Amino acid sequence: MNLSLPLTRRDALRIGLFGTAGMLFVNSRVWGANEAPPELPVPAAGASGSGIEPKTKSIIQIFLWGGMSHIDTWDPKPDAGRDFMGEFPGTLPTNVAGIQIGELFPNLARQADKYSLIRSMTHRNNGHETAAYMMQTAHVPGEGLAYPSVGAVVSLFKSGDYKGLIPPYVVLTQPQGRFCEEGFLGAIHKPFATGGDPNQQRFEVEGVISRGISDERQVSRKQLLASLDTLGQAMAASPQITVSEEAKKEAYELILGPGRDVFDLSKEKSGLRDRYGRHTFGQDCLAARRLVEARVPYVVINYPGGWDTHSNHFPTMRRQCPQLDQGLAMLLQDLHDHGLLETTMVWCCGEFGRAPKVDWQPPWNGGRNHWGAVFTALVAGGGFKGGHVVGESDKHAEEVKNRPVYPIDLLGSIYALSGIDPNSKLPHPMGLDATVLPPLTEGVKSGGLLTEIM
Amino acid sequence: MALRGRLNSFLRVLIPAFAQALGLVLPLARSSPLGATPGEGTIHAIYESRETPRFESKLDSLVAARLNALGIRPRLCSDAVFLRRVYLDLTGTVPTAAEAGAFLQNPNPNKRQALVDRLLDRPGFADYWSMRWGDVLRIKAEFPINLWPNAAQAYHRWVHDAVSTNKPYDQFVRALLCSSGSNFQVGEVNFYRAVQNRTPDGIAAAVALAFMGVRFETFSSGQRAGMIRCFSQIGYKPTGEWKEEHVFWDPLGASKLPDAIAPGRASLLTPSGQVPAREANTLPKTLPSNAPGKALMPDGTELLLPANRDPRELFADWLIRPENPWFARSFANRVWYWLLGRGIVQEPDDFRPDNPPSNPALLDYLAGEFVASHYDVKHLCRLITTSTTYQLSSLSHSRSPEAEANFAAYPLRRLDAEVLIDAINKIAGTTDLYTSAIPEPFTYIPEDQSAISLADGSITSPFLALFGRSARATGMENERINTPVPAQWLHMLNSTHIQRKLEQGPALRQLYNSSKKGRDLVELIYLTILSRSPSAEEVATFEAYGPKPPQGRPNPAADADKSGKQIQTPNRPYSAKTNREWLDLSWALINSSEFLYRH
Repeated sequence: MNLSLPLTRRDALRIGLFGTAGMLFVNSRVWGANEAPPELPVPAAGASGSGIEPKTKSIIQIFLWGGMSHIDTWDPKPDAGRDFMGEFPGTLPTNVAGIQIGELFPNLARQADKYSLIRSMTHRNNGHETAAYMMQTAHVPGEGLAYPSVGAVVSLFKSGDYKGLIPPYVVLTQPQGRFCEEGFLGAIHKPFATGGDPNQQRFEVEGVISRGISDERQVSRKQLLASLDTLGQAMAASPQITVSEEAKKEAYELILGPGRDVFDLSKEKSGLRDRYGRHTFGQDCLAARRLVEARVPYVVINYPGGWDTHSNHFPTMRRQCPQLDQGLAMLLQDLHDHGLLETTMVWCCGEFGRAPKVDWQPPWNGGRNHWGAVFTALVAGGGFKGGHVVGESDKHAEEVKNRPVYPIDLLGSIYALSGIDPNSKLPHPMGLDATVLPPLTEGVKSGGLLTEIM
Repeated sequence: MALRGRLNSFLRVLIPAFAQALGLVLPLARSSPLGATPGEGTIHAIYESRETPRFESKLDSLVAARLNALGIRPRLCSDAVFLRRVYLDLTGTVPTAAEAGAFLQNPNPNKRQALVDRLLDRPGFADYWSMRWGDVLRIKAEFPINLWPNAAQAYHRWVHDAVSTNKPYDQFVRALLCSSGSNFQVGEVNFYRAVQNRTPDGIAAAVALAFMGVRFETFSSGQRAGMIRCFSQIGYKPTGEWKEEHVFWDPLGASKLPDAIAPGRASLLTPSGQVPAREANTLPKTLPSNAPGKALMPDGTELLLPANRDPRELFADWLIRPENPWFARSFANRVWYWLLGRGIVQEPDDFRPDNPPSNPALLDYLAGEFVASHYDVKHLCRLITTSTTYQLSSLSHSRSPEAEANFAAYPLRRLDAEVLIDAINKIAGTTDLYTSAIPEPFTYIPEDQSAISLADGSITSPFLALFGRSARATGMENERINTPVPAQWLHMLNSTHIQRKLEQGPALRQLYNSSKKGRDLVELIYLTILSRSPSAEEVATFEAYGPKPPQGRPNPAADADKSGKQIQTPNRPYSAKTNREWLDLSWALINSSEFLYRH
C-alpha cells in the first residue's frame, strides 16, 4: 500500500479517516464477522502503485441514463414514510445478513453475495451532461480539456493485449452521446454502438449483420468494389489509401469472418435466454456476457429506456426495475457459472440519483428530481468483493452520512483493478499534459479508493 | 420534390446527349472479366489533364520555384476532378449529374474560373464555411461549451450572415472581440461564452488560437501576461430570461459580486443610490485613477490601457493591423489549409518560431494580397482556387519527402462527416434525422436540412459522431478527425442506415426503375455519384457483374438499346440486370475512394 504523496494531503487524509472510521462505528454490521475492517488510512484515489492486484480483464458497465432513484431501489429507508418511500415502502432481505434492498429487486436480493453497494456516491452535480461526464471521466469540466470516458481509456490501455475482431469498446445498443466519449483519443477509441435489438429474432448489429444480404452477395459486391475503385488502385501506395484499406480489411473480418458469431444469441439455449428475460435489457446482458467471453475489454449496456423520471416516476419504476432486476441478477449468476465473475467487473449506476423526497405537486404528480448529493452504485466481480455495503446516506437518503465516494474514488478503483496507473499520461494530439485521473491537488475531493471491497 | 422532378425531366432530355458526347471521349467498350483494371492511360484520362501546368501568376510562380528546385513536375487535374474538388471545397456539396454534365461539355476555356465565381455566390458556400467557422468558434449548445441552444443559433446566424455578405475579415474579428450585449440578441458576444474556462487566461487562449493561429501555451509567460490583461475586464451577468446573459465591459468587476445585478435579484444599489453595506467593501465607489495601465503584447509592443477604455478594443486595435505578424497571415494560412488540406504553416493553428512556414514568400504574398483587398475573404478563395497550384492532380508524381509540404499535388482527404452524409442523401434523395441530447426549443430542425448547415454542434446524429465531426470543445482544427477506422467501414459497407438509402432513396429508385437500363444508365449513375463518366473498363466490369445465366441456355435476346446498337456483353445483357445489381453499382461507387475522398 502506497502511503506516500497523496496521503500527505490533509483533505484526503481527513476524509479518508473520518469516512472509514465512521463506517466502523455506524455501519459495522455490514461487515462479515470474520472479516477485518479496512486498514487505516485508505490510500487516496489516484495513487500510483496502489498495491492492488489487477484482476479485471473485462468490464461491463450498465449505465442507467437519466439517473435512477436510489431510495426506491438499492438504498431504501423504510422508516422515512410515504413522502420519501412513495409507492414502494417495502424492503427485501438479501442472502447477506444485514443488507436490505428495495422491494422491486427480488432476484438481486438472492445474489447480494456477488455484489457490493456503494450507498455514498456523491459529486453534488445535478446537470445530466456534467454529471455524466464526471461519472465517466472523474474529471471536472473546466480543466481545459474534454477527457475521454473510462471505456475509451480502458480501450486504449488494453489495445496492446486485445487483438480481437470486435472493437474493444462496445455499446449495447445505442450510443450515450452526452459528450464526446473518445475525447482527444481519436475515433479508434470511440465506442462501437451495435444498434439493433438483441431481443429480436436476429440481432442486427449495425454494419456487422445486415438484413437480406447473403454472404454470397457480400463477397461478389466486395469484388465489384475492388474492381471499380479506380482511384484507390491508382493511389494504392499513398498513406491515406493504405490506412483506409487496412481499416476496410478489418471491417470485412467482422462482416464475413467469425467475429459476428459473438452477436448470434441463437447459439444460446432457449431456457437460458428466458432466464435473462425476453426483453431488450435482458438480452443485452446476455450479449454482454458473450462479448466478455470473446475478451472484449469494455462493454457498456446503455439502459434501453431512461431513468429521468421527473414525472410518471412510479409507473416507470414499476415497469423498468423488474427488468433491471432480472437481467442484472442473471448476468451475475451466469458470469459466476462460466467462471468469469472473478475477472469480469460489473458496475451499474446512473449519472446521479433522484430526490428522495417525492414531489407530489403538479405537474410532477409524484416525481423525483435530479440528486447528485448522494446516490448508490452497484459493483461486482473483477476483484470487487461481494456482500458488502460501502458508506451510508443519512436517514432520508439525502446526504452522505459517512465515507463519501467521489467519482475519482470509484473510477480510481476500477483503474486499479484493471492494472491502469491513474497517473499515466494520455496521448494528447497536441502533446498537452493529460493524465488518466486528475492529480489530487487542492480542491479535488477524494474519499479514497474502495479498499474495503478490493 | 418539385425540384427533384424538374431535375429528372431535365436529365431525361440530357441522357442521350451525354451518351453521344461521351462516346467521343471513351474508347469503345470491350468485354472484360470482372476485376479488369484500367490501364495507366485510362487513369490519366480520368484524373488528369493533358495540358502542361502553367505557373504564371505570382502565387503559382512562388510555388513553382520550390517545385523546380525539388525537380518535381506535377500535372494538372482533369475538368471532372476540378469540378468535384471545387464544389466540395467551396460549398461542401457534390454537383448534380446535370451540373456535372453541363460543366464537362462546356467548351469555354475559362469555365473553371467562371465556376469558382458561381460557387462563391451559392448559399452552400455560406453554409459550409460557417460550419468550418463553427469548429473554430466553438458553436455548440451543450457540454463542454454550454452556450445553450438559442445562443448557439444566434451565434451561428451572425457568422452565417457575415460569410454570406462577405463581411471583411477585419470587421468580422473586431465584432467578435469588441461586442457587448445579450447572448440571445447579439450573436457574436457568444465568442466570450464559448470557452471551457471563462477566465482571462482561458479567453486569451481562445483569441490567440482563433485569430492568431497560436496555441497560447507556446507563448512565453511574458507574452501571455499582456494578452491576459486585455481580457481581464469581461463581465457576464444573467437576466430574468432563462439562460440569457449579457457580456459586457466590466471594469469594476460588478458582475462578480454575489447577487449581481439582475432583475429579480437583490439589486446592487439601494433606491437611494447608495451602495449597500455588504457590497461596499468589495465594489470601488469610483472608477480607478485615470493613469493608464500597460500591457506588453506578444510582439513586444507596449499597449497603454487607460482606465476609461475597454481593453478589448485596444487589443483589437493592436491585432487588426497590416503589420501585425499574426493576424492576416494566420487567416490566409487557415484558408489555404481549408482549401488545400495542409497549411503553409502546418498545423494551421500552430504558428511559432520553431514551426516556420514551408514557403514563407507564399504566405507573405497571400497575407499581403488579403490586406490589399481590404480583407476580402472571397477574393482570397478566388485567388487560391483559380491558381494552377490548386488545380494540380492528386496523383503523386514525386517521391520527394518535401513534395507534400510544397504542394506538389492536391492531397487526398476523406470527406468531412457532414459533407459525406449530405452527398449520400443528395444522391439518394433521402434525409437524416439530427437531434440534440437535450430537447429544447431551437434544437428541432426541418427534416430536409443539410448537415453542413447545422448551426449547433450539439445537434447531431450517430453518423456524424462516427465520422469524426468536430467536438467543438477547443476550437482546434484537429478536433475534426477524418482518419478512417473499421467502424466507419462497417457503417458504409454494411449498415442498415446506408443500405436503406440505397434501396429506398427515391432519387436512386427512379434511376433503377428507369426504362433506359443500359450503358446510358451506367453513365448517369457515374455522373450522379462520381461527377464523371465511366471508363470503358469500368463499364465492362459492371456489365460482367451478376450471377451467370445457366449453362447451355444462352440468352437469345442479346441486348439492344433504343438506338438499336448491339452491345457486346457475352453473358450479362442489361435486360438481365436486376435492381439489386444496379444498387450494388451505387453501393460500390459510394464506397470507392474517389467518392469518399477529396481528390
